[in-house]
Amino acid sequence: MSYMIGLKCRECGRLYPKEVINVCEYCFGSIEVDYDYDAIRRALTRQAIAARPPSLWRYRELLPIDGEPTVGHASGFTPFFRAQRLAEALGVEELYLKDDSVSHPTLSFKDRVVSVALTRAKELGFDTVACASTGNLANAVSAHAAKAGFHCFVFIPADLETGKVIASQVYRPTVVAIEGTYDDVNRLCAELSAKYPWAFVNVNIRPYYAEGSKTYGFEVAEQLGWRAPAHIVIPAASGSLITKIAKAFKEFQLLGLIPQAHTKLYAAQAEGCSPIATAIQARSDIVKPVKPKTIAKSLAIGNPADGYYSTKAVLESGGWAEAVTDEEIVQGIQLLGETEGVFTETAGGVTLAVAKKLIGQGVIPRDESLVLCITGNGLKTLEPLVGRLEAPMRIKPTLASFEANCADAVRSATKR
Amino acid sequence: MAITVRIPTPLQRLTNGQAEVQCEGKTVTELLADLERRHPGVKERLCDESGKLRRFVNVFVNEEDIRFLQGDQTAVKEGDDVSIIPAIAGG
Repeated sequence: MSYMIGLKCRECGRLYPKEVINVCEYCFGSIEVDYDYDAIRRALTRQAIAARPPSLWRYRELLPIDGEPTVGHASGFTPFFRAQRLAEALGVEELYLKDDSVSHPTLSFKDRVVSVALTRAKELGFDTVACASTGNLANAVSAHAAKAGFHCFVFIPADLETGKVIASQVYRPTVVAIEGTYDDVNRLCAELSAKYPWAFVNVNIRPYYAEGSKTYGFEVAEQLGWRAPAHIVIPAASGSLITKIAKAFKEFQLLGLIPQAHTKLYAAQAEGCSPIATAIQARSDIVKPVKPKTIAKSLAIGNPADGYYSTKAVLESGGWAEAVTDEEIVQGIQLLGETEGVFTETAGGVTLAVAKKLIGQGVIPRDESLVLCITGNGLKTLEPLVGRLEAPMRIKPTLASFEANCADAVRSATKR
Repeated sequence: MAITVRIPTPLQRLTNGQAEVQCEGKTVTELLADLERRHPGVKERLCDESGKLRRFVNVFVNEEDIRFLQGDQTAVKEGDDVSIIPAIAGG
């Protein structure tokens, strides 16, 4: 049973059949999936959702597929928990982490969008899938394509972290490393998608793909006890995750699954690539493209597809944005590790550091519920941490050597 | 002086199905005007009522976004490659 009526241009409202189309043929506006919310309201209750297996497909009625899910049965429904020690460090009362750094199987929130995109790609009759990626998406497309039996091409910038490249190669896709930025990769994929009969998940089937990100927001609301938080800090690359988390909370409200919410959204970017944060701080709807230069490579999109919409969503929510330095990003990664035992990638460091900054500025209040979005795993981006953390104590395998070399550490542990 | 312009799929109906056409002009603006003369109807799809490129259309001259060059006043010359690409992609 399908709850997807068709596709609709977000700008001019033109309607399209639910086929392979990613921009309005008339005005080039963004294409959105149109659902039959009345039918969904009858089918989807809190009880129905809670009784289903713990995966992103528990919200299936709100996802753009016609038949049954075929990809990503074990993806999604990642840990969500109260972060007491981090809350103390940041000086806030009610803090939660939504942790997609342990998403199955590729350790980032991209498993969500790809589960939806590949299920839909199969329905649309594709046998080859592809993507333009800063790393995490390439990992997810490669892994899910391997399991689902698709041919697979992934396009990445040539300068990615080793971990992110290997974590695609192992699934045996064709990896194409492009000498250029992510924005160059993206432009090339837009041109390739017009020529090759493949499903480029974030180009020609992007309207379906992007809907997968809503499940991150659905889970936050469900795991928080069927309510939306007062504040949520979201890392921004294309800006799509921001718009889809906002949509998730709106849909849950529309369906009566959560009470009316006025969640303030905050965009987190790195100073070396902050077109969205810059537009938000200028309260402008013009997102000026930039040439990225940051260690947060997964957020290094200088010309963000959803820049306009994410900026609008943040400003309409009453939220704000900040950008942080590479140094602050590394400190953010370490702070999350030493307080909550979670090892996030650079994008998570950005989220942490931006939250800290906004709390310090008094923009995010200290006494209201706050969620931080951790979207990727630190083991994939080791490079920026090499030589930046406390070095191991190298000793001889003797008691004497331990006591001679580690006396300070022992003293401070005893004091604690 | 001929410049190659790559046409996005949604507009290829207006260029008799051609993915690439040849046009002339000294700037991007002149090039788009020539494109309109050869393939009437293209300009209103690419530009809004005031004649400015729509928010969701990106134009590249030799693979560089014209917003990093001189916008629609960016100079073009024979042998250049111009791509018109929908902005909503990626991420």
